[in-house]
Amino acid sequence: MSELASKQIVAQEKVAGPWKEAWRSFRKSKAALFGLAIVTFFIIIAFIGPLVAPFGMNDQVLSNRLQPPSAEHWFGTDDLGRDIFSRVLYGARISLTVGFSAVLLSAVMGSFLGIIAGYYGRWIDTIISRIFDIMLAFPSILLAIAVVSILGPSLQNALIAIAIINVPTFGRLIRSRVLMIKQEEYIVAARAIGMKNSRILWNHILPNSMTPVIVQGTLAIATAIIEAAALGFLGLGAVAPQAEWGKMLADARVYFINAPWAMVFPGISIMLTVIGFNLMGDGLRDALDPKMKN
Amino acid sequence: MLHYIGKRLLHLIPVLLGMTFVVFLIIRAIPGDPAQVILGQQATEQAMAALRAKLGLDNPWYVQYFEYLKGLLTGDLGESLRTAQAISSEVWPYLAATFELAIFAMILAVIIGMNAGIISAWFQNSWFDYVAMIIALIGVSMPIFWLGLLEQWVFSINLGWLPTSGREEVRDPINAITNFYLIDTLIQGRFDQFVVAIKHLILPGIALATIPTAIIARMTRSSMLEVMRSDYVRTARAKGQKMFIVIYKHALKNALIPVLTVIGLQLGMLLGGAILTETIFSWPGIGRYIYEAIGYRDYPVIQSGILIVAFIFVMINLIVDILYTVIDSRIKYN
Repeated sequence: MSELASKQIVAQEKVAGPWKEAWRSFRKSKAALFGLAIVTFFIIIAFIGPLVAPFGMNDQVLSNRLQPPSAEHWFGTDDLGRDIFSRVLYGARISLTVGFSAVLLSAVMGSFLGIIAGYYGRWIDTIISRIFDIMLAFPSILLAIAVVSILGPSLQNALIAIAIINVPTFGRLIRSRVLMIKQEEYIVAARAIGMKNSRILWNHILPNSMTPVIVQGTLAIATAIIEAAALGFLGLGAVAPQAEWGKMLADARVYFINAPWAMVFPGISIMLTVIGFNLMGDGLRDALDPKMKN
Repeated sequence: MLHYIGKRLLHLIPVLLGMTFVVFLIIRAIPGDPAQVILGQQATEQAMAALRAKLGLDNPWYVQYFEYLKGLLTGDLGESLRTAQAISSEVWPYLAATFELAIFAMILAVIIGMNAGIISAWFQNSWFDYVAMIIALIGVSMPIFWLGLLEQWVFSINLGWLPTSGREEVRDPINAITNFYLIDTLIQGRFDQFVVAIKHLILPGIALATIPTAIIARMTRSSMLEVMRSDYVRTARAKGQKMFIVIYKHALKNALIPVLTVIGLQLGMLLGGAILTETIFSWPGIGRYIYEAIGYRDYPVIQSGILIVAFIFVMINLIVDILYTVIDSRIKYN
């Protein structure tokens, strides 16, 4: 091997990949690391919560109704004598599952529509963009209520509603990205050599449009968790006896004068999870796509 | 400018049509027989047939839609299944209650948010800056329905300072003229009732103002920091002007443009947040009107309530867009 070739190899090794570079930048932000730590903590809780919970999600001991926090019941008990600490642990799984699934669903649907609109343009773009405009014309919680009014109240339908209301945000983001990317020389070259549209979209445009989706997705999980809790609180999401945090708050509302702890801990859990995703999302944005800040 | 406004209004037509179609679908897209869903499993065939006829569900969907549009254009928002009243005649008091709450919340958010943002930028990296921005982060991350419950627990139940819910004292009801109770009580010279109305506004107002306050504070801070680095601010300071004057007279004027946009957008968002706040505080606004209709499966009210809020939301956004171009002449009208 020539000396020049070996130098090139060393140089290539020294240049970090874009993800490594992003991680290096992400690591510099203490707030982002704090957010990551909170999110990791709640993800672990979501996985192992049911295993470490001292009581079952719906174990009722009526003689233990509305007990304040104690050594036995760290977060106290609710009106049916259920252990709130255990229910908060179970609730992490529900809230995070709804948050992740709704955002994944909306990111997939939004990316698909955004790519089609941005790449093909013309009437397809006009129709898809007008649909996005119409969806964005509703305050998001109202659109979610409209969807749940049609489908009926349940956790699954709340998830679908949250996914639907977030589609235009992802769609518009991807569309604008695709409009930019499709002017790039490598896309023009791919077209010139006769590459099929489907291959250009799948192999070139999609991977290059993913950065803003990842950033927006992280921030959207925070919003989705609050929206799911809001629907649960309004009685349009999770139903009894599911230990969803918003539903727990709605139940606690009836007796919070006598048992304020029943509303304090689910609320803190929602808030901490949302802070975690917001901080992590801000850090990811600064590391991956600082232009999005504007 | 007029050309731009005309273009924006034209652009609005398909959006408004689409909105009416989405709202129209709320009843029609219900899986199964909507009449059965509305009246419940025990409903007789006769009752269901009568409801179908009343809602026009027997016609083809496009006929139903055009009838619905025709009704909307003549101000017919349908009839409530619960109260048997025309929605257009019973909705105003609810809307006025929401407007009063939203405007009060926005005034709180602007005063607190802008000043917190300005002071944070002024004393960048000070303890005030850190505390204010941590509070802002908590503000945007806190579910407002939880904050509402906490407020009730602390200020109503434990301290007894403010009422838990409602808009007036049940024993001394306010005589509604405009349905804006702060105005009505002043018109009638009932200052005691004015104080009562203000007291009822404080807790829901704070809950509703939390997110806009946090967003306005963040936006003002970043906008001020940018402006304060500019040459004319440096010149003003070099001329020996007091920092207070430099900030409030020179810097704020230019930092205000992006802040105003955020304020406008947040005013629209308040309408969405109102449904949660009004539910917690039993505030008789449009959000609670819709929420109660969901409980009674009063679909015409759900439809019209959502349509009215969405319409106001779109109009606010349009006005903000137009104002934005008026305030900042650098923005082109195309």
